[in-house]
Amino acid sequence: MKKYDVRRCRIIRRRQLSNNIFDFTAEAGELAEKAVPGQFAQVAVPGKTLRRPISICEANRQNQTLRFVFGVRGEGTAALSKFHGGDFLDILAPLGNGFSLGDISRRALFVGGGIGVPPLLWAAKPFGKSSMLAAGFRTRSSIILKDDFESSGCKVLIATDDGSYGHHGLVTDLLGNLEFDAVFACGPLPMLRAVRLMASERGVPCQLSLEERMACGIGACLGCAVKLHHEDGTPYYGRVCRDGPVFDSRMLDKNF
Amino acid sequence: MANLEVNIAGVKFHNPVIAASGTFGFGREFSEFYPLSVFGGVSCKGLTLEKRAGNPPPRVAETPSGMLNSVGLQNPGADYFIKNDLPWLKKQGTRVIANIAGNTPEGYCSIAEKLSDSPVDMIELNISCPNVKQGGMQFGTTCKSAAEITKEVRKHCTKPLTVKLSPNVSDIGDIAAAVESEGADAISMINTLMGMRIDIRTQRPVLHNNTGGLSGPAVFPVAVRMVWQAYRRVKIPIIGIGGISTWQDAAEILLAGASAMQIGTVLFRDPYAPVKITDGLSRYLDENGMGSVSELTGKAIPW
Repeated sequence: MKKYDVRRCRIIRRRQLSNNIFDFTAEAGELAEKAVPGQFAQVAVPGKTLRRPISICEANRQNQTLRFVFGVRGEGTAALSKFHGGDFLDILAPLGNGFSLGDISRRALFVGGGIGVPPLLWAAKPFGKSSMLAAGFRTRSSIILKDDFESSGCKVLIATDDGSYGHHGLVTDLLGNLEFDAVFACGPLPMLRAVRLMASERGVPCQLSLEERMACGIGACLGCAVKLHHEDGTPYYGRVCRDGPVFDSRMLDKNF
Repeated sequence: MANLEVNIAGVKFHNPVIAASGTFGFGREFSEFYPLSVFGGVSCKGLTLEKRAGNPPPRVAETPSGMLNSVGLQNPGADYFIKNDLPWLKKQGTRVIANIAGNTPEGYCSIAEKLSDSPVDMIELNISCPNVKQGGMQFGTTCKSAAEITKEVRKHCTKPLTVKLSPNVSDIGDIAAAVESEGADAISMINTLMGMRIDIRTQRPVLHNNTGGLSGPAVFPVAVRMVWQAYRRVKIPIIGIGGISTWQDAAEILLAGASAMQIGTVLFRDPYAPVKITDGLSRYLDENGMGSVSELTGKAIPW
């Protein structure tokens, strides 16, 4: 069986979550059955040369659907946001390595920044009440997926840049007093670096989901480089699409 | 059914569609979609004698009808390829072309010698990579340097040798003629055009290398024109490269003078492009009463 493939996927639900965040669910056949939390899809955009990498928010294996929650970043994602229910998305999926969830009775901390929150949802669900989400957003109206996390039993803490909801400041300000056995994070690089530092100081395993401009999405073109290091410390460029997008934080070079 | 087989410098390709170097790794990732025998051949990721780390990210950027890349010849080195990838590739029912680069003429010669002792079917001399500081394009932008490096490598290369030309030159016909005169068996053309994008928000170049190589449909008309010009100047076969995305593009590059072609950037959007291109070409040949794809080569009728 193919690990990944291209498929035309009919959008069966389209919602707008905030002024520039969209939530699509699409019929994806066996692609949905193969996907695991933390993987992503390469979505074709009409008239564009490159597909756009979009994280899989969750999959419903029984209904064979994939859910994508994505932000409008540029022309490509703006064009995707204009798709309607019933339209077909041209999807290459599932791609990359997802989160290794490990023992789901552990206390798992999920840390998300903005559009980094969606790929954490499916990973958090199996942990149920032993999971916590610390999420940072620009402002109250840009908060997404709070109810989705809470309905799976996850405790949600929010920080906003402007103080319009929850803690006024950085999401990483929220982590100091929390107790947890594993941390999973996705968001802007400064946030990921801070989470890694905090996890290493506490000796807690840490997995980070990265983002990079991509071309092939399958590991062939070496377009999406990230600085990793071997066990002996020698650095090399790995591929975000194939070696990640989720990395054990110990693999990442200190200047990743 | 028309015959899609082509013969380039004594190497038979069962169809004229070859995966382009740098877009295809060593083939394993794409073998998830189909047997690699959908391609007549595979031109492997550019190899150097020693492994190369490549350039810092970002390495790719979308452009109108195309993309820029500045990967910078990241590769595991020739020995690693010969040991770990080539034995597998040779079993995939497709021709294997090793694309080689170096920092110095001596480097080029050593790697040509090494790969001549391996089971690759053909060697592609890359004198046109725009993304490395040393080597690469510096050998491919004047007739004199292109001729000299071809002459030196020819002495050490016992495999059929195709030379991959840079479009970043004043007269592509002169360069093509120069490498032919020094013993090239074929010409691969074109490599990427040097380009640049700047993010107006950060006021910094999008690529960490500042500049990169432009590929995709945007460069296709340039490739057609250059193949057309080179075809008039040389007798050796031309492998057409540059933004070929559809079977119509494939027919067009052949009409301009190519005997085979490489496809690259289109694979990122549609991994199944080689299947569509060979099917479409086959139908086009049948509809036009042509028995063989080689009948198309250079058949454009100039005004």
